[in-house]
Amino acid sequence: MPPKRRYSAFAIARETLRQHAGWDRAWADRPMKPRYDVIIVGAGGHGLATAYYLGKNFGITNVAILEKGWLGGGNTGRNTTIIRSNYLQDPSAAIYEKARGLYETLSQELNYNIMFSPRGVMMLAQTEHEKRGYLRTAHANALQGVETEFVGPDRVKELCPIISIDGPRYPVLGALWQARGGTARHDAVAWGYARACSDMGMDIIQKCEVTGVRSAGGKVTGLETSRGPVDCDKLGLVVAGHSGHLAQMAGFRLPIESVALQALVSEPIKPCMDVVVMANTVHGYMSQSDKGEMVIGGGADGYNNYTQRGSFHHIEETVRALVETFPMISRLKMLRQWGGIVDMTGDRSPILSTTPLGNCFVNCGWGTGGFKAIPGSGWAMAELMAKGTPGSLAADFGLDRFREGRFIDESVAAGVAH
Amino acid sequence: MLTLTCPYCGLQADETELHGGGEAHLTRFGPDSSDDEFEAYLFLRQNPRGVHAERWRHVYGCGKWFHALRDTTTLQVFGTYPAQTLTPPADLLKAAGVEPAA
Ligand SMILES: Cc1cc2nc3c(=O)[nH]c(=O)nc-3n(C[C@H](O)[C@H](O)[C@H](O)COP(=O)(O)OP(=O)(O)OC[C@H]3O[C@@H](n4cnc5c(N)ncnc54)[C@H](O)[C@@H]3O)c2cc1C
Ligand SMILES: [Zn+2]
Repeated sequence: MPPKRRYSAFAIARETLRQHAGWDRAWADRPMKPRYDVIIVGAGGHGLATAYYLGKNFGITNVAILEKGWLGGGNTGRNTTIIRSNYLQDPSAAIYEKARGLYETLSQELNYNIMFSPRGVMMLAQTEHEKRGYLRTAHANALQGVETEFVGPDRVKELCPIISIDGPRYPVLGALWQARGGTARHDAVAWGYARACSDMGMDIIQKCEVTGVRSAGGKVTGLETSRGPVDCDKLGLVVAGHSGHLAQMAGFRLPIESVALQALVSEPIKPCMDVVVMANTVHGYMSQSDKGEMVIGGGADGYNNYTQRGSFHHIEETVRALVETFPMISRLKMLRQWGGIVDMTGDRSPILSTTPLGNCFVNCGWGTGGFKAIPGSGWAMAELMAKGTPGSLAADFGLDRFREGRFIDESVAAGVAH
Repeated sequence: MLTLTCPYCGLQADETELHGGGEAHLTRFGPDSSDDEFEAYLFLRQNPRGVHAERWRHVYGCGKWFHALRDTTTLQVFGTYPAQTLTPPADLLKAAGVEPAA
């Protein structure tokens, strides 16, 4: 297969002169083969990144990525794209910082503009307790080599003039500021990885739902899908909110509960904030997209559900919290609202693990905050799948931590659902 | 808005009046149990796409804990029942189209 034409300013100029007739499809639409060395279930960011690093770092390219809908149509295409690595515990800092670092050069690496925008992320401290928590995180981050800083209210106002510092209920006491955090274009991350995977000869099979897992002697032998059976040597389950469902097919249970998390965007307005602001006490967060829309997220539903919709009262709570924080948005019209099904673990940390089936691996539990982790997670999951045992990035995120009580407690750093 | 009828006070309560308590009918394990039993009790969940027996608390009402049988994909509620019950009542399971566990 000929490698894809590179995207470049020169290519745009060339295509402009010939009515854009020369662009290739970004990825191939090939039929499913009867057998693969590795099958990844789920073509979200994490599944695609896993496949990409299997090829790039380990030369494993006889790979299929099976997706029941369209690629990037799960949480990856529904998230509010906040990227940061200011978590508290060492294993989290390591994997999120790895991901943030990879994001910095991902556009160049994939030759696909993922629009990474390190505009800075600010997490407001609005109670004394929260302030102490973030001071602790800032110290932890300093030891971990993650660049963050605790800034006072004056600097908060300087970085984001539209914040009401004296807030009616919760005045801003400061903020945890990560200047190298930011946002990226969610679809482009999925599309960029998909294009690179397809280029390496991997098959991305869309509209292919996995309906059963075949196993023999404690190992997976193949899958039943809506497009017929397929065999594999190794299986990676990377299906976020649907992990429990796939685990049930494979015959084990996971420490995961699925809930709906929603987001909304406003009508586009002129540029008014160039940082990401998270207000965890009042429970809402906001950034402005390049199109000018205010991108808003808030709370997750309080009960198991798979409806990709979310409870209406959360919208009210989120908007109330943000009007209090940014009074100027009070008359803004909201354009769209949507939901995704997020996979919550008890310690709010992800799972990258072996399973009771010898050649089956899971990557899930990213919950409300896994977009930021996509490159690091794919990197670590590829290593786990290629070697059969976790490398240093994944080692602490195994399923055994729940049995052994070695939690990676990020319930504070995970903060508002993001 | 999800609405559940509290089996104690009989009120139809909106979800804003309630607090979800997760999967119901878990077997509790105490101090002398094995790591596996403890893990299953504390963390492992069915998390089904479909019928789910779950705990709820009428926090902004009578304050009592109760159970509900609900579909997690359609949000259809098959019924609610008292907390002092070890398995969902047969009539609710029948309404949900589920075979009662042996
Ligand atoms: C509203 C919202 C806002 C968020 N905001 C942020 C944020 O600001 N920052 C951040 O870091 N994270 C955020 N997140 C979390 C982030 O979106 C997720 O953690 C991340 O996208 C998960 O990626 P994934 O690849 O694991 O899952 P997904 O992108 O959901 O991909 C899983 C794929 O598996 C497929 N699948 C499921 N079952 C099957 C089957 N049986 N057969 C075949 N395929 C199947 C699905 O169709 C899906 O495409 C947010 C999430 C939501 C919902
Ligand atoms: Zn009641």
